[in-house]
Amino acid sequence: MIPAAFDYVRASGLDEAVDALSQHGDEAKLLAGGHSLLPLMRFRLARPAVVVDIGRLDDLKYIRNEGSHVAIGALTRHRDVETSDVVASKAALLGEVTSHVGDPQVRHRGTIGGSVAHGDPASDIPSALLALGAVLVAVGPDGRREIPVDDFFTGFLETDLSPSEVLTEVRIPATEGAWGFEKFNRRAQDWAIVGVSAAVRADGSTGVGLVNMHATPVRARAVEAALAEGADAAAAAEHAAEGCEPSEDLNAGVDYRQHLARVLTRRALQAAGL
Amino acid sequence: MDIKVTINGTEYSHDVEPRTLLVNYIREQAGLTGTNIGCDTSSCGACTVHLNGESVKSCTLLAVQADGEDILTIEGLADGETLHPMQESFRQCHALQCGYCTPGMVMAAVSLLKENPHPTEREVRLGLEGNLCRCTGYHNIVKAVLHCAAGDGSSNGGGHNGGSSNGGGQ
Repeated sequence: MIPAAFDYVRASGLDEAVDALSQHGDEAKLLAGGHSLLPLMRFRLARPAVVVDIGRLDDLKYIRNEGSHVAIGALTRHRDVETSDVVASKAALLGEVTSHVGDPQVRHRGTIGGSVAHGDPASDIPSALLALGAVLVAVGPDGRREIPVDDFFTGFLETDLSPSEVLTEVRIPATEGAWGFEKFNRRAQDWAIVGVSAAVRADGSTGVGLVNMHATPVRARAVEAALAEGADAAAAAEHAAEGCEPSEDLNAGVDYRQHLARVLTRRALQAAGL
Repeated sequence: MDIKVTINGTEYSHDVEPRTLLVNYIREQAGLTGTNIGCDTSSCGACTVHLNGESVKSCTLLAVQADGEDILTIEGLADGETLHPMQESFRQCHALQCGYCTPGMVMAAVSLLKENPHPTEREVRLGLEGNLCRCTGYHNIVKAVLHCAAGDGSSNGGGHNGGSSNGGGQ
């Protein structure tokens, strides 16, 4: 299947991309690695009039150790995150989670920024960003702003980004704390039926992020609160589905997703030494 | 839009519609039909080619994204009449049944060994996660990749009749 026709703009700089988005508004979509957008366009679930290709903005491809945090350019490919020594030492959870995205071919093309900006509630990476307390940096016509990940995912496939903003960087607070990641699916390369990331942050607190348990990726705040009050992994994990409204689909009903969230959260917490 | 692409060492220039998928460009405009279209949903890997030396699914790239880049398809793997060691390993290990997934499977396997020259069996299985074989011939595919990694993929004969226990020559 071939996408519907569109006008193609190849941005040669960030300003040009922002200008193109400002000019075309909702009619335009950014193309990074294309591994979320192009499948939707082939099915005609997305029919942007204008595609703004930012894939050649090499300035947005980097992984830097900034001491207090790891800065990852939005166009950094999954493969580069997965194999990064900086990520392995300062944000190891993210490296592991990224290695579960799609398959090797997908990870050769897909980017961290594209995946996050797509806002898919079932994609893997947001679980790690929520657990680690990431900050997203966006640039738009009004300049640059930083968005805490807790405020970033606003609805099903919706984020806090305005139609004319470009996500430029993902910042992960550095931690060498223990972590756990559990992804449950039935077939190779599938999305998580439920996924859980748990990370011990630099301040000693524990962050827990869930995917495919709600219209957005979500923090398991009740689990975090129970841990803060001294609960062990098994007791804390009993709260994993609280506040979540999981969807029902061919893979799992609501009850089953809630059950998975509790079991997988317990395992992730135990893997993190809790 | 005018694009220039190097495929298997040869430069191609064409005017393409922006919505043209790379796999359609390779097959229909460059005329190289060794790369197959399978699922059309980024799942099966039949369309796997190398972009700048790494495996990608050419159904999930626009041809314009490959403008100026270097592509290797299954046609570019052999050296004249001499098969690439991975192709030779697939032949020796009977790693193909209907053959439809084979070009993509071979390209994915070559990319895998570039990144991990000596994988375990499990690493081979995970590394080929993006390629489906509807004949379910995975056993011999995995064996072929391990055979190639062991370095004897290019040897002819020498008792390597696949070493498979299925007894079925093709």
